[in-house]
Amino acid sequence: MTAHVLNDTGVMLDRSLKHVTRSLDTIITVTIMPIAFLLLFRYVFGGAIQTGTDNYTNYLMPGVLLIAIASGISYTGFRLFNDMQGGIFERFNSMPIARSSVLWGHVLTSLVSNAISVLVIIGVGLIIGFRTSAGVLAWLAVTGILVIFTLALTWLAIVAGLSASTPDGASAFSYPLIFLPFISSAFVPTETMPGPVRAFAENQPVTSIVNSIRALWAEQPVGHEIWIALAWCVGILIIAYLFAMAAYRRKIA
Amino acid sequence: MPTRAPAIEVAGLEKSYKDLKVLKGVDLTVDRGSVFALLGSNGAGKTTIVRILATLLKPDAGTATVNEFDVVSQAAHVRESISLTGQFAAVDEILSGRENLVMIAKLRRVPDPGDVADDLLKRFDLADAGGRRVGTYSGGMRRRLDIAMSLIGDPPVIFLDEPTTGLDPEARLEVWEEIRKLAGGGTTVLLTTQYLDEAEKLADRIAILHQGTIIVTGTLAELRQLLPPAQAELVERQPTLEEIFLAIVGKEKR
Ligand SMILES: Nc1ncnc2c1ncn2[C@@H]1O[C@H](COP(=O)(O)OP(=O)(O)OP(=O)(O)O)[C@@H](O)[C@H]1O
Ligand SMILES: [Mg+2]
Repeated sequence: MTAHVLNDTGVMLDRSLKHVTRSLDTIITVTIMPIAFLLLFRYVFGGAIQTGTDNYTNYLMPGVLLIAIASGISYTGFRLFNDMQGGIFERFNSMPIARSSVLWGHVLTSLVSNAISVLVIIGVGLIIGFRTSAGVLAWLAVTGILVIFTLALTWLAIVAGLSASTPDGASAFSYPLIFLPFISSAFVPTETMPGPVRAFAENQPVTSIVNSIRALWAEQPVGHEIWIALAWCVGILIIAYLFAMAAYRRKIA
Repeated sequence: MPTRAPAIEVAGLEKSYKDLKVLKGVDLTVDRGSVFALLGSNGAGKTTIVRILATLLKPDAGTATVNEFDVVSQAAHVRESISLTGQFAAVDEILSGRENLVMIAKLRRVPDPGDVADDLLKRFDLADAGGRRVGTYSGGMRRRLDIAMSLIGDPPVIFLDEPTTGLDPEARLEVWEEIRKLAGGGTTVLLTTQYLDEAEKLADRIAILHQGTIIVTGTLAELRQLLPPAQAELVERQPTLEEIFLAIVGKEKR
């Protein structure tokens, strides 16, 4: 049975990756906006923002990556929705395959395509002045956080893709996620924000994730913030996964 | 040869969508290796029956077995035994025709997926288009690919929901030929169709679904005898299935 799951998930991943590589415009769309933010904050707003660091690009990078992931996963919801509309979903569900592979193919594809856009954005970051001397362990930790963050949001996207009734609905849920970094420590220190906004900013997941990645890259102690970040990601991941499975069961019942 | 249980047995099947009662106690039996045609007007519930048999939809009441497996409690075994060509082509538009076939072959774990794909492309007259994205195919090409995808892995029971709708006459004949070959090889085929000549030419048995139940079932010859004598005189010599269908269903239409 496990062999089946692996075989079937592999076939699904291959299929879904072909969808990504054959619509490279989606990768461009996903990366262009975060890159625009990167340039905008680096060269337009950055000069006026006091962060207490000498390299504002370093300060920006984590938040921009989270924006990229939040917009990247909306395509997962969209692709899943299209599958269900097109009838291929029913064909798969009438076949003797591991049913979970239908969803896992999309989830793994989301990881791969988001990894590509993250690498592209880090590349652009390096060009405009992003620097880190972080070691292998710190990079592993950053990768781990980003992977769990991507998984959590991807399962949210799966819920949206399974329950939406229009293609727009399948991707629109990600808009608020894209804006979350703006009300966090991603671009400006939260200390400058008025009371209630600051309280929100300091207690929403993006701030702890951004601060942890920033600290890891700066080779500073991450403190307890990384555990808050992980707790958020894992918590969202588990809840989204359970909701996705429930929605999937309803769909194939 | 020992007598084997029927390939498909349906008894007292009921299904409603909210307030709309579509199936009100459907009974039918399909023998192994036969071609069974399910006829009915638009909205009669043909697709609903096929989807229940293909484990995509749960019935509200009644039982259905496919290849001796219950569609509800042994759904996984049923899926091992069947292949479905739904009413609307279920193909991947972004992949090429060949990639679609290879994908299904890999999912069904048949040896040499590439050879299987090439062979089917040839059989369904798609060899030239095999490398092109399915998004660029015509409706008929898509349909042919869809049917080809369903043949992979030689399942003992095949459901074809309006397999030739939208095909040109030549392609229709090719699909008929494939269906005959399948039945000749022992595969059980349940097909729905709007073309009564299709049922007449292909099916060993024909059933007419009307207002939620199967109102008649039998061979073409048996159905002919159902025609009231008065009508039989009007119709010269052998009545076509179309005339029988209209005589049976048309009269009762509200
Ligand atoms: N998911 C659904 N929700 C609500 N009603 C549905 C649903 N699917 C089908 N129906 C209704 O059930 C009835 C039977 O539909 P079905 O598709 O089984 O008919 P059919 O015999 O295949 O028709 P056709 O020849 O047009 O393909 C129709 O009135 C249809 O509107
Ligand atoms: Mg139908």
